[in-house]
Amino acid sequence: MSAALLAVEGLTVRFGGLTALNAFGFTLGESEMVGLIGPNGSGKTTFFNALTGIYAPAAGRIRLKGRDVTGLAPQRVYAAGITRTFQRLRLALQLSVFDNLMIGNHRNLSHGIVGNLFLRGRLRHEIEENVEKARALVERFSPSLARRLHQPVWQLPMIDRRRIEVCRALISDPAILLLDEPSAGMTQEETRALMDDLMASRQRSPGLAMVLIEHEMGVIERVTDRCVVLNYGETIAEGSYRQVAADPKVRAAYLGED
Amino acid sequence: MTRRAPAWPTVLAAAAGAATVTLFLRLEAQWEIALLALMVVAAALAATRLGLLGRFEASSAAHPRFALGATLAAALAVTALLHDSHFELLMLATVALYVTACLGLTLQLGYAGVVNFAGAAFFGIGAYTAAVLMTHSALPHLLVLALGGMLAGLIGSVLLLPMLRTRGHYAALITIAFGILFRTFLEVNDTLGGPQGLKVPGLEVGGFSFNAPVFLGAQREASFYLGYTLLALLLAAGTFVLVKRLERSWVGLSLDAVRSDETAAAAYGIDVARWKIMAFTAGNVLAGLAGALYATMAGFVAPASFTFGDSLLMLSIVLLGGSGNPLGVIPAAVLVVVLPEKLQVIQEYRLLLFALLVILILRFRPDGLLPRRMREYFPGWRQT
Repeated sequence: MSAALLAVEGLTVRFGGLTALNAFGFTLGESEMVGLIGPNGSGKTTFFNALTGIYAPAAGRIRLKGRDVTGLAPQRVYAAGITRTFQRLRLALQLSVFDNLMIGNHRNLSHGIVGNLFLRGRLRHEIEENVEKARALVERFSPSLARRLHQPVWQLPMIDRRRIEVCRALISDPAILLLDEPSAGMTQEETRALMDDLMASRQRSPGLAMVLIEHEMGVIERVTDRCVVLNYGETIAEGSYRQVAADPKVRAAYLGED
Repeated sequence: MTRRAPAWPTVLAAAAGAATVTLFLRLEAQWEIALLALMVVAAALAATRLGLLGRFEASSAAHPRFALGATLAAALAVTALLHDSHFELLMLATVALYVTACLGLTLQLGYAGVVNFAGAAFFGIGAYTAAVLMTHSALPHLLVLALGGMLAGLIGSVLLLPMLRTRGHYAALITIAFGILFRTFLEVNDTLGGPQGLKVPGLEVGGFSFNAPVFLGAQREASFYLGYTLLALLLAAGTFVLVKRLERSWVGLSLDAVRSDETAAAAYGIDVARWKIMAFTAGNVLAGLAGALYATMAGFVAPASFTFGDSLLMLSIVLLGGSGNPLGVIPAAVLVVVLPEKLQVIQEYRLLLFALLVILILRFRPDGLLPRRMREYFPGWRQT
């Protein structure tokens, strides 16, 4: 494993009396793909939320490329190069596919009021460049979706919405992509297609690391380099899928002890 | 590949709009006005059924400069036709000022999703600023108008802190409280004239008095409202262009992102607070500007003109027109401002009627008369 891109130590998140994440440690190397698994309520999404600044951690430290990013606002975490998808899709349904992708490309766009209002020629140039960028990215996932760039998202099926959300997280060229249960609401075939496209993206963006929260063990087995198993906010096992799947503690967490 | 929409629907709509507004303002007999109102409703329904409205919007989106020119030409034609009638011009100018203020609300509610139930209060801040500064200072009047807008924005920023800490209904409640507070403050404040209000001097720009009679040749005399009407139309047109440009830019996109999902917006680097502050302040500045010009045109200001009811009327203009569509504000403002003035039967019941109308619209056409269209960053966008 290369030097840690992301290093998390002793991360703790509490909601009142409930400790959702307890002294959680985690490392992620460049271009690594790590699966995060565990029963419902074990703290997986809480970890994503603490990492991306939605929840403020009670204790612990998060370092990205050696830089302390603990407790930064979501906007800062995004600017530092961590993007995510949401388990329940958070797309703007009334907006077009292009608009949704551009929300994800925020850090590469100019936001000055004067420029946006009065330097229309320059703005148009920037917009046209981004149309090409968006089309090229979506093309890799689905050529038919790439032809629907100007269509509102509410007109599109679930699989396309997932693709848009993944593309929205990818378009700003992040260092780390966090995927929160991308298979939710999709058939096995659709999930497989999406995962294949994601794997192809990894080939094209060297260095891109991913963390995948997933309940479909087939997906985890196929695409991850390494797995971390959470239960009650603590790591109970870590290693390759085969190793953790054989671990009695993991079996107990999923199936109950008896 | 679709062809670029033709320009003629824009011309047709501008001409039809100008004719309707002129007739509306000119007709006297109550039954004629009622008949015209019914005909307009029928024509609007027919146009929707036949897809004319959609073609008109596609046309104006494909030729934005032409559409603006046609609309301005239509407005100027109406102004020219009515040049010697005080009341009609006053109505027309009032519509233009309401359009300006409601474009401000469009920025707030339609784009950023910030509900403002105190639109009339910010309009009133501009109006009272004009009244006080034009009476008690020697500041140039155009500067006073600008100060009216700026003060509205400044006072609005006091509400920002509580508004940014709350969301949805609670933020709305803060603006309701402010609107009521503002009116009560005016009523008990003797310096500001109490319930009787204040007189406001006429506008003077560069030695030219807007209240002086305007002679067109030897015999013809134009109403002194002519200057105000032209200025109000200019303000509305300028505001329209800016709001439209804002929508067709990355800023408009960020505002939409904030409205549709604050959590997702923040996760993608969008500074939610910054854009809410920008939209709320800019909207209030526009309402204040319109209010300041209104005050000097009307000649007096009183608390009764800036009530919670008036704020609701402004919001109903935005909802009727189609939240987030600047174009929709124009017919909605004509309807809400002019109809009760011309049809005396409904004058007393206007709040009741518009409340009913808003309920009907929200029930049967929730996106308003002219629903907002997909963003087109520049003409011919869909071909990219």
